[in-house]
Amino acid sequence: MHIDKDLVAASATPLVLAILADAESYGYAILKRVRALSGGELEWTDGMLYPLLHRLQRLGYVTTEWRTPPEGRRRKYYALTDDGRAALAEQQQQWLAVTRALNDVWPGSGGLLTALGEA
Amino acid sequence: MEGLEEQIAEWRAYVANAPAVNGHDVDELEDHLRNQIADLTAAGLTPDEGFLIAVKRVGDLDTLSREFAREHSGRLWKQLLRADDEPARSASGWLEAFAFGAAAAVAIQVARLAAGFPDDEPTWFARNLGLFVLPFLAAYFAHRRGLDVGAWLVTAVPFVVAAVVVNVYPWGDDSDTEVIAALALPVALWFVIAYPYMGGSLRSHERRMDFVRFTGEWFIYYVLIALGGGVLMGLTAGIFEPAGVDVDRVAEWVLPSGAAGAVVVAAWLVESKQRVVENMAPVLTMLFTPLFAVMLACAAVVYAVTGLGGAFDRDLLSVLDALLVVVLGLVLYGMSAREPSASPQWMDRIQLVAVLGALVLDLMVLGAMIARIGDLGFTPNRTAALGLNLVLLVNLAGAAWLSARFLAGRSGFHRLERWQTSYLPVFALWAAALIVVLPPLFGFD
Repeated sequence: MHIDKDLVAASATPLVLAILADAESYGYAILKRVRALSGGELEWTDGMLYPLLHRLQRLGYVTTEWRTPPEGRRRKYYALTDDGRAALAEQQQQWLAVTRALNDVWPGSGGLLTALGEA
Repeated sequence: MEGLEEQIAEWRAYVANAPAVNGHDVDELEDHLRNQIADLTAAGLTPDEGFLIAVKRVGDLDTLSREFAREHSGRLWKQLLRADDEPARSASGWLEAFAFGAAAAVAIQVARLAAGFPDDEPTWFARNLGLFVLPFLAAYFAHRRGLDVGAWLVTAVPFVVAAVVVNVYPWGDDSDTEVIAALALPVALWFVIAYPYMGGSLRSHERRMDFVRFTGEWFIYYVLIALGGGVLMGLTAGIFEPAGVDVDRVAEWVLPSGAAGAVVVAAWLVESKQRVVENMAPVLTMLFTPLFAVMLACAAVVYAVTGLGGAFDRDLLSVLDALLVVVLGLVLYGMSAREPSASPQWMDRIQLVAVLGALVLDLMVLGAMIARIGDLGFTPNRTAALGLNLVLLVNLAGAAWLSARFLAGRSGFHRLERWQTSYLPVFALWAAALIVVLPPLFGFD
């Protein structure tokens, strides 16, 4: 399914922040997780992911560290900071506001907010 | 597997060539590629097929470069690519630079002839000097960035307002406020030029930083052109004088026009060499920051020990203001070339020493100045100097605080950048206040 690029761009930051809130990770693993979470609908390119990660680092939401995992090459790990957690909470508020509005205006999607645990 | 390694190495070289992608980024992308290939070969594809699909998934290289460039626009300053929202400009564009430069040269000659300079010296000529030259620079950028009519009008309005204010105010004879307004006018108009330079919008902090970089490089190029012009005039005088040519008359024509035209030419040089050559201002900054740090630390200690008392006079305040401006320049240009995500380095520490030294000196002089004003009262010169001092003091204090936090690891470098780019309007407003508010306040005296 084609997803509007604005929607992909808007959802990128909350997705990455939420994935990193669980545990620190590196670029490729984040990409695979996104693919899995969206059932293959969201296919991000490197050109999208890495500049975003760099931007989050510049804003102080994530910290980075180069490490060598036991089985492979050196790679760059990203971890969420407290500022990042605050930003994630704010993103959640924003998305909640938007989905609430959509839920009200779309008939038959009462399941949307139930699924989000808000009903 | 050898074939695969070769292919990855080739791909890596190709990606490394993209503007705005640095060494670490290439490592990250390569690691990503290898992970992807490993997954695909595990799923049953051959290494070659895996490589092809993985490269495809990395995404088209132009888009990759553009996205990286949008994020790391500071790296672009020495490289080729322009951001997505700007149309690609022809490589040289020297013709438009020449046209606007020539227009400025002509304008100033017309004004000079009308003023009868240097025989007479009407004050209106000196007062309006900025207005004869800088509108052409603004027009050059408005044209180069392809601004629409609305943006041209917005650019023109401050120039018109300045022209009206500077000429309508009833200046007294020999008035200090007139001199101050005349000096502040080019500074205020320079900030107005930021609008067309930034392409018609003042919001973006990255573009404000670009304007700061432009100012530094422009200044250096202008000085170089002025020196070259000086040598040329000197040699011309030497050659033509024995032949009986009146060199002074020639100089009257050539010097003002040259100086005016060079304003636009220097701007064109900065724009065109932005793509090719390392910026000079940060290099000079790296050279001079340690020297200034030592000098300021020593001066602060000396004045703290001996006390200010007799040494204080009006000249000291002017020198100190000049010193603060230089320190601000060092801070700004050191910052403009720095990789924002790098961790604190020794140069940052030295800069902090320089700023702290300047601040200590400034506070001592400020105390003495306030006492003096308490005794002798406000005058236009003192008020202007004091105001400039306060404006710079707040800026450097903020910069020192944020720098200390950054060095302690408590906050990110971007806050320091934000502080400086957010403070730029304060300078603009101060210059405008010197022109518009100060004269009426002191009765145009």
